[in-house]
Amino acid sequence: MTIMERITNPRFLRSALPLASFAVLLSLIFYVQPRAMSYFGLNLMLQYAVPIALATIAQMFILTVNDLDLSIGAFVGLTASIGATLLADNPVVGVCALAACVAAYGAIGALIHWRNLPSIVVTLGMSFVWLGIAVIILPTPGGTSPAWIKAIMGLKVPYIPFPIIAAAVIAIVVQVLLMHTSYGATLRGAGGNPRAIERAGWSLLKIKIVMYSAAGFFGVLSGLSLIGLTSAADAHIADRYTLYSIAGVILGGGEFVGGRVSPVGAVIGALTLTLTGSFLIFLKISPDWQIGAQGAILIVVLALRALIKRREG
Amino acid sequence: MTALARTLGRQRWIWAYLGMVAVWLATVTFTGGKGGGEIITAALSFAAFTVIVGIGQMFVITTGPGNVDLSIPATISLSGAVAMKLMGGDNAMLLVGIAASLGCGFAVGLFNYMLIRILRIPPIIATLSSSFLILSTAISYGRGLKIKPPSMLADFTTTQVFGFPVLAFFVILFAAIMALILNRTVYGRAVSAVGQNPRAAWLAGVDVERIRFRTYLQSAVLAAVCGFLLAGFSGGASLNMGEEYLLASIAVVVIGGTSVAGGQGNVAGIIGAAIFMFLLVTMLNTFGASAGVRLIMTGLIIVAVITIAGGDKPQR
Repeated sequence: MTIMERITNPRFLRSALPLASFAVLLSLIFYVQPRAMSYFGLNLMLQYAVPIALATIAQMFILTVNDLDLSIGAFVGLTASIGATLLADNPVVGVCALAACVAAYGAIGALIHWRNLPSIVVTLGMSFVWLGIAVIILPTPGGTSPAWIKAIMGLKVPYIPFPIIAAAVIAIVVQVLLMHTSYGATLRGAGGNPRAIERAGWSLLKIKIVMYSAAGFFGVLSGLSLIGLTSAADAHIADRYTLYSIAGVILGGGEFVGGRVSPVGAVIGALTLTLTGSFLIFLKISPDWQIGAQGAILIVVLALRALIKRREG
Repeated sequence: MTALARTLGRQRWIWAYLGMVAVWLATVTFTGGKGGGEIITAALSFAAFTVIVGIGQMFVITTGPGNVDLSIPATISLSGAVAMKLMGGDNAMLLVGIAASLGCGFAVGLFNYMLIRILRIPPIIATLSSSFLILSTAISYGRGLKIKPPSMLADFTTTQVFGFPVLAFFVILFAAIMALILNRTVYGRAVSAVGQNPRAAWLAGVDVERIRFRTYLQSAVLAAVCGFLLAGFSGGASLNMGEEYLLASIAVVVIGGTSVAGGQGNVAGIIGAAIFMFLLVTMLNTFGASAGVRLIMTGLIIVAVITIAGGDKPQR
């Protein structure tokens, strides 16, 4: 295979698409605003990439088993609220509350599998429950994030901005666990061919519980990292994360069904989404269009993917 | 009598109406019989809007698993903002406003279907990403929008005859027509057929793609109509006025007895479910529940209803 053939190979194009979109967006930003090309500039632009990447990974776990989570944004809001109140006041109570949140997520996975329910309806309902609990815990924006979370999120690393290191660590850890372990392959198989996995003796119920709990765990991490940046919380702090997380997975090359996901891609997708905000600001485009631009990027990437797919045959 | 009970028990939409009556009785018992009539009037007024979008969503969901229109809230906001701005509160511009509103609906429906068909994007992602674009358009177009609706529109949406909202009457009439379309026309039967088994429907000569196109178009247009009327009802368009209709449109379909796996729609249940949803919030308000508790209860009831109804195995 010549180099040209290798580059135009649909499979290569497909897997290169997330990184390419990120690189294109980043170079456009550097072109428009050269001052962004610095330690400080990158740090500022990618600050919120960590919580968004964590929420995206959470969504990816759910998409792996062919479900969709419309409640992750509200859930991140809830865990942020718990982090800024219960966890800050009394670490033991706070940790227990967060553990209960993860367990609740696992239970929802079990319920969805047990009754064969559509995940969209269940999670949409649950988003109201999470929001309701968050509003009760934290009726008005406020609270304070624990000092140790602030310390972690404010870490100054020489040469490479912290968000980039954190994103890389998240991507590599999840990539290894989900893509390079035998249990990870089973988990993905439950999305690709649930019947085969079941016949091979695995419990689909257990797999759903594991995946939903993992999503809950990353949702907790997302909420905590978010208050590390904002130092206060609000029940509505992460409402947009539901959309971000879905878009992030898709931008990162994840398929909607069939267990075809990519943790590294998902994190890159999250970074790309985070950058769109800065890009629009540099272009002096009204923030009104921020959410629209994210939709447009999503559509463009999906269009490119459809083109590549057509060539795949 | 038992035969009647059994026949009714098999109709899943009956639960929505039972829930509606139970919640109303609980509320009226709590208030000692005061305000029972007013509550019904308010419920009919508000439920009318949910029914309009619910019917559009029901047809979409009935075309099979994976089909859901998530762009309804954004379309409501866009249609309301565009219509209000064009009419500028002038009765003479009413027709222009209606046309613009319908135009928004057509454009959104066309765009959604284009994404689904040409780019082969799964409907959920397609309608989600288009809703981003629609919402941004609405936000940037309608910034600082504080325009009162034309008096004729405001009157139409708020007039009552003996405590019965005129709008609710029209919506019930419309629902009856849509029920006929679903159960008695070639289009309606085709929607169910596609939802049950798209391949079998295709082999039987159903133009599956045309059915899908019409269904998504219909949903967007109904969302636009809802936005138009809602802006008239609430004294002007606001950008987040569509927000609550994402959950509401799906919830009334599920509670109303439509199969979420597709292939089996139900119009009558949507009306009961929409009134039930409104009465539920009213009841919690009367009981003095806080905003948080109201949210939790709303969410839990939807999860409970879908759990009891159970997901049907996809018929493939």
